[in-house]
Amino acid sequence: MPDTRMKQVVFHLRRYEPGKDREPHWEQYKIDSPPGMTVLDGLWKVKELFAPTLAWRSSCRMGICGSCGMLINGRPRLACNTQISELQSDVVAVGPLPNFGIIKDLVPDLHPMFEAHRELMPYLIREDLQEQDSPTGEYWQTPHELERYLQFSYCIKCGCCMAACPTMATDPQYSGPMPLGQAHRYNSDTRDGGFAKRRELLEGGRGPWRCHFAGECSQVCPKGVDPAKAIQMMKQDLVFDLLKLRVRKPAARLVDKPCGKRREDIPAAPPRTVTG
Amino acid sequence: MRDRTLWTWHIFAGAVILVFLGLHMTIMHLNGTFPTFNNPFGGEAESWQNVAARARNLFFTVTYVVMLGAALYHGLFGLRNILLELDPGAGLRRSINVALSVLGLALFAFGAWVAATAPGVVSRMGG
Repeated sequence: MPDTRMKQVVFHLRRYEPGKDREPHWEQYKIDSPPGMTVLDGLWKVKELFAPTLAWRSSCRMGICGSCGMLINGRPRLACNTQISELQSDVVAVGPLPNFGIIKDLVPDLHPMFEAHRELMPYLIREDLQEQDSPTGEYWQTPHELERYLQFSYCIKCGCCMAACPTMATDPQYSGPMPLGQAHRYNSDTRDGGFAKRRELLEGGRGPWRCHFAGECSQVCPKGVDPAKAIQMMKQDLVFDLLKLRVRKPAARLVDKPCGKRREDIPAAPPRTVTG
Repeated sequence: MRDRTLWTWHIFAGAVILVFLGLHMTIMHLNGTFPTFNNPFGGEAESWQNVAARARNLFFTVTYVVMLGAALYHGLFGLRNILLELDPGAGLRRSINVALSVLGLALFAFGAWVAATAPGVVSRMGG
């Protein structure tokens, strides 16, 4: 029998407004919490009833966009994906993700994470740029080859892994679990030929070498991705490459599109909105 | 040198330590395994005659030097990682690298000299 009783919970919220507050401080708000209420719902209620200037990021409300990563009762989680009842506490302490600067209240400055992500080239790198821009066929990949990187592609870039990483807390040079996991995701993709370009960064201080394999990144990932595994596999790839033991294969070949007869009732694609 | 190369050497040094620690444990605690090789005088492996016999053996001299190098590199690289966790600035980071390299080379030179001169020393001491 599900619990349908309303209960009261106290939200402890980390508030901070640059230019006004000297440092972050805690504020408390008591609200009614019906069964099924998520932390994100609770924040909306606090904002509606008590603190109209409270700031946070959220968008999809269903654990897909990765916007609402927060430190909830001491653990990085998605606010939309965390029901208050699962915290098993009448106190809900919410702060911005650690290891990032604070823009305002619960909004972390994710810029360094996305900058590191961009530097590691998280996209397919191939020589056939013309084909990538205007595809005439499909790149050949077997289901087995897909499985080598599939779980890493579930990453939603919420930053929870970066907030949980002990190395991120001390080493500003370290790229962090998300960018490194995504670099490995593309290095493992048989359609990609960019290993040598990413290696330029990965073999130095921005690479995986400072990872202690604490494994916290994988523990907190709301999507079940295992960035710690990606980082260890990346180390193996890079060391094998150094020892000339890495098997180098050319990027997946192009195959013709399926050549069945096109159905006549399929409408034509709309004109391109982006040119150049 | 790039971090990748340093880390690879760190792992190799760890593997070397693993093998040589196994050898050490075999010699010190399994006296009867290869008696004519590591324990020619019988009895305890730590007895003077056995220690002196091993010191005169070229194989053991080489293993001492290799083990010393591997342990020093592995340990000092680990210490460097711990120190860099404290987020020193670029200048201090360079100083840490230089200081640990000098310390490691000095300790290795001293240890290797001891291992290399041990046969003569034990001979003079009647071993």
